[in-house]
Amino acid sequence: MSQMLKQTPSQTVGPYFAYAWTPELYGRRPLATNRLATRDTPGEHIRIEGVVYDGEGAPIRDCVVEIWQAGADGRHAPGAAGFGRCGTDDAGHYFFDTVKPGVCDPGHAPHIAVTVFARGMLSHLFTRLHFSDETAANAADPVLTTVPADRRDTLIARRAEVPGGVVYRFDIRLQGEGETVFFDC
Amino acid sequence: MDTAVHEAEGDFTPRDWAQHPPYLSPLYKSTVLRSPSKPLIPMKQCLSVRSGPVFGHDSVDPLDSDLTKNGRVNGEPVGERMIVTGRVLDESGRPVPHTLLEIWQANACGRYVHRWDQHDAPLDPNFFGAGRCITDAEGRYRFTTIKPGAYPWGNHHNAWRPAHIHFSLFGPSFLTRLVTQMYFPGDPLLPLDPIYNGVPEGARELLVSRFSIDVTEPLWALGYEFDIVLRGRQATPMEG
Repeated sequence: MSQMLKQTPSQTVGPYFAYAWTPELYGRRPLATNRLATRDTPGEHIRIEGVVYDGEGAPIRDCVVEIWQAGADGRHAPGAAGFGRCGTDDAGHYFFDTVKPGVCDPGHAPHIAVTVFARGMLSHLFTRLHFSDETAANAADPVLTTVPADRRDTLIARRAEVPGGVVYRFDIRLQGEGETVFFDC
Repeated sequence: MDTAVHEAEGDFTPRDWAQHPPYLSPLYKSTVLRSPSKPLIPMKQCLSVRSGPVFGHDSVDPLDSDLTKNGRVNGEPVGERMIVTGRVLDESGRPVPHTLLEIWQANACGRYVHRWDQHDAPLDPNFFGAGRCITDAEGRYRFTTIKPGAYPWGNHHNAWRPAHIHFSLFGPSFLTRLVTQMYFPGDPLLPLDPIYNGVPEGARELLVSRFSIDVTEPLWALGYEFDIVLRGRQATPMEG
């Protein structure tokens, strides 16, 4: 089948998307939030959090992180239940309250698909979050193993058990030392 | 359709980098510290990304597609009323039905509702500047809004953004996600704009809407058409 049409080019979200994408502050109903799990959602309840940094190590406050994940059973729920969206705050910080996903692709480690949007980013970036307590599955994961060994750590969220629950730390570095691995897929 | 998870039939076509802007585009200064320095790593498409969120009609209120009404406080918003409509298609020309679009934009004076926007131009109490809609079975969408104004920005001396509307689309997969901007035909600011010009020549013209007298409604609103093409399916499904 020949491709007759060309893809519409990407453009930046610019600096002024928050009132449309994360509009709670403006008294509007959001399409999606950073709270994917309710109390009844089956699975291990976790928080994923981190800071998005630019090439000089400065936090980025006008960034949006979106995630798409399976539930604890490894299946994608119907609709948009596995989708989350969080804008970074003045400290470049984002978080998601969710459940740890099960295995959705046979042979892959549990993971979450992540996209990053910001002013200064003409096309969005795509990456993938893995879990630090899945050592054996990560070692056999067909995507992680395509990544140079010295960069794999950038894709591993670090588990910590804190008084409020389980937190996975996943910083995103757009450029420079410790630059997060981004994918073309 | 609203409850279906779009699972894999086959791989999606790759992002066509002859169409999309590179991450580093130095004339747009904010890209300098926000672009990866290392090449993207190719990744096989697995189920976790071939699937994607599906937003149903409960995600959209009836007024969400009419920006001339969804921000009213005490009257009508000021400016040139316009309709923007078009189709969402894949690269084979097939419609992308029942998919969500989000738009956001400045008001007629070139001022955003966003709290950080310091441009010395008035806010319009009756214009919020954000909307959503879901395409119909033929991939059509339609918004009623106010034509946005141009506004200055700090990228370089006397820099002005051409009038534009931001578009965000999901499509059937996490891989078909697209954020873009729609521009207006004949805008003299386009050749000067590093964001528009960040797109390869020959591709950027796809971001310019067409004026349409057929879409224009007599005594009411000017009409513009803007079709959007998302990544489609590979011709031959790959075994996964």
